[in-house]
Amino acid sequence: MTDLAVRPMALRRPDLSATRLRRRYAAERRFRFYGILAVAVAAGMLGLLLGSILYKGYSAFYRTEIALPVNFDPAVIDPAGTRDPAVIAAADYAKIARDSLNARFPDVSSRADRRALSQLLAAGTDLRLRAIAMKNPAIIGTTATVELAASDDVDMLMKGRISRAVGEADRTLTDKQLAWMDELEADGLVAYSLNTTFFTAGDSREPEEAGVLGAFIGSILTMLVTLALAFPLAVATAVYLEEFAPKNRWTDLIEVNINNLAAVPSIVFGLLGLAIFLGFFGLPRSAPVVGGLVLALMTLPTIIIATRASLKAVPPSIREAAYGVGASSLQVVTHHVVPLALPGILTGTIIGMARALGETAPLLMIGMVAFIVDVPKGFTDAATVLPVQVYLWADSPERGFVEKTSGAIIVLLVTLILMNGIAVFLRRRFERRW
Amino acid sequence: MPNVTFLVATLLLATVAFVIGRRRAVEVGGPRRRDLHSLPSYYGLYVALWCGIPALAVGALWMMFEPGIVDSLVLDALPAGMVPADPHQVSFLQTAIRRLANAAVIPSDADPALIAAAAHYNSLQQTASLALAAVLLAVGIVGLVWARSHISPAMRARNRVEKLIMIALFVCSCLSVLTTIAIVLSLIFESIRFFQAVPITDFLFGLEWSPQTAMRADQVGSSGAFGAVPLFLGTALITAISIVVAVPIGLFVAIYLADYASPRARAVVKPLLEILAGIPTVVFGFFAALTVAPFLRGLGGSIGLDVASESALAAGVVMGIMIVPFVSSLSDDVMNAVPQSLRDGSAALGATKSETIRQVVVPAALPGIVGGVLLAVSRAIGETMIVVMAAGLAANLTVNPLEAVTTVTVQIATLLVGDQEFDSPKTLAAFALGLLLFCVTLVLNLVALHVVRKYREKYD
Repeated sequence: MTDLAVRPMALRRPDLSATRLRRRYAAERRFRFYGILAVAVAAGMLGLLLGSILYKGYSAFYRTEIALPVNFDPAVIDPAGTRDPAVIAAADYAKIARDSLNARFPDVSSRADRRALSQLLAAGTDLRLRAIAMKNPAIIGTTATVELAASDDVDMLMKGRISRAVGEADRTLTDKQLAWMDELEADGLVAYSLNTTFFTAGDSREPEEAGVLGAFIGSILTMLVTLALAFPLAVATAVYLEEFAPKNRWTDLIEVNINNLAAVPSIVFGLLGLAIFLGFFGLPRSAPVVGGLVLALMTLPTIIIATRASLKAVPPSIREAAYGVGASSLQVVTHHVVPLALPGILTGTIIGMARALGETAPLLMIGMVAFIVDVPKGFTDAATVLPVQVYLWADSPERGFVEKTSGAIIVLLVTLILMNGIAVFLRRRFERRW
Repeated sequence: MPNVTFLVATLLLATVAFVIGRRRAVEVGGPRRRDLHSLPSYYGLYVALWCGIPALAVGALWMMFEPGIVDSLVLDALPAGMVPADPHQVSFLQTAIRRLANAAVIPSDADPALIAAAAHYNSLQQTASLALAAVLLAVGIVGLVWARSHISPAMRARNRVEKLIMIALFVCSCLSVLTTIAIVLSLIFESIRFFQAVPITDFLFGLEWSPQTAMRADQVGSSGAFGAVPLFLGTALITAISIVVAVPIGLFVAIYLADYASPRARAVVKPLLEILAGIPTVVFGFFAALTVAPFLRGLGGSIGLDVASESALAAGVVMGIMIVPFVSSLSDDVMNAVPQSLRDGSAALGATKSETIRQVVVPAALPGIVGGVLLAVSRAIGETMIVVMAAGLAANLTVNPLEAVTTVTVQIATLLVGDQEFDSPKTLAAFALGLLLFCVTLVLNLVALHVVRKYREKYD
């Protein structure tokens, strides 16, 4: 007892002074500010990312055209006057295009200059003229004004992507070509119109001839295979694990395994596809069917996890009511639980598909990076997909491909936004809270 | 697509079987069907399954063995002496015959014996298709008739059908395990072949990586060096940069969302993070290569630093931005799982909000946060497109973030893109790297999932 009286208690009193309180409040404000700063940084980077892609890519959707009076000279196209389609198809339309340019600039005479002049027009100009002549043979022998797409370098110049300020040596266009373009523009012959090639063509080495249709169709074919495989398998797996599986080591293993598969790097799935589907089963390279298989294996865990969550959300009372009127356990699931969980299952599936649509790395492994001009027509044709097309174009040195890459990214993002929009709509419209 | 045609035909046959079985059940069930054990459609399904499954099984087996049998028949029919002894050359010959058989126009310079073989090949294929159609039809009809003859009111069709569906569901659920096994097997087999050519110690501890093997033995640098340490270091460097970017931002975003944000702010910020999480990695790669890298290079140049155009910094920073939503959503989850009573208790002692978060919520949620960070690390290690597009190919042994480094995933991608043969150590090296990548991420994931799950149970 006496000890206490002798030794005073070393009691730490809290510092309640106003200074300390101010410091604590300042720390509080700082902490809150860090949180806002973090959100601002994340949002800012997102804005920067989307902004830079929009800025670089919006111009991919229109193109520069030069309106030229073109003389469909019968002496060049059809000297015999037979109007035979085979003859018209085989004619030298590049010469007709050159002639119409030369007619516009008669004072350009040297060979080198004339070649430079013809480089103002896109590489596919002769095909364009041929299509016109084939469609309407009556045009042969007349002079018609045709709006011809400019070459990618001219296109870049007119869109302001190539600076006039740099010296001639650092430019892809010569000073003479600049002067010709200025003359054409002063005459009001330069116009801009929707770049239909971008939506209707496959890949090309020339930026002005390249389009995303091939990659888009390839993506759709691949996604169809993925959906056809992943959706039934994932729903079956989830239904089994959630509704029927006994609790034992094997089902535990399956569960751990699914969670792990969801986190396996995507490129490893590409290695799997290369070794098993291409190496062992001998399926064709670059084919949407193989891409779809690989992406299906990758998407399975995502859909399984989403399906299980929405099956779990169906209340037990539904199941008990169905059992009560004599349904078998499979009837309970197929007639009641799965239909009620379907909106959630579909939402999870769409989100999984959206992720598969943006996936690139595993498809590089199975040869979907090949340069493919033709639009694929079937599941075993060589094809590429949108994200891989983005990767391919990003690697191309031509200036014109930068805007094409960004344009393809915009197409990809719009598709993804649409898919996610459908998922959000399904969730809002059909999901029930119990 | 003959295979698809056969599949569709079999399914049609099964549909017919369903109709027949159902009608039979109605017949034997009497006027009011009271005596039937199951609903008529279950009898239909029973017959359809008996008709379709054996036919599909036979078809699958046929598809597996038909090409080999046709090939050997074609080779047997070739004139003696044309078949080379070397199996490699035989496969070349077979490819040539197949190409001729599928060609629209037969080239005029082709070997007449080969043309004959191609014609033989085509006729054999046609015969095989007809035979397959006949076999499928026979098997399907036998199954149909057999199952139909067994329909009686006492037969428990529903139980039998449901049993089969249960088995099918179970098989589906085993598929995920099969995927893992396939991954492991394919990686291990190729890796073993690689380690026969390159000793495993050289691979794991070697300091030089130059996988280009020369075509001719006398070329310079023909040996190829497969020391993977520069790759590990490069991966670690880029991962570290991305984690340094992602963890503070992600954690503070999560703290803000969990404890500070108004419902309206949450409703804006959460979708933003979801958009960030949904952007394809190839887009991040393009952004890193064309926007961030030149910007960093210019910034470095203006303060007198020499930044490589494919610096580790650019790739790491962009990868960090990519995994911010990942870190923030996982941390948000675990911090929301901390019981409100802990926060209330702290507030009752007079702590400010930030003091509560720093001294109560974050320490309580720490295991979960660590688990989330481990998952983020595993994702950063396995991320491919950003580093393929923004990091370099040069295997520099450096920890300077301003220089170009290369990573494990970049090397896998570059070694396997384009034409390749399956035997060179160069392609096999990609599988060894893949095995390593798989093992590292597997361990990280297992640990992280275990930590997160254990932690969640603690407060439930």
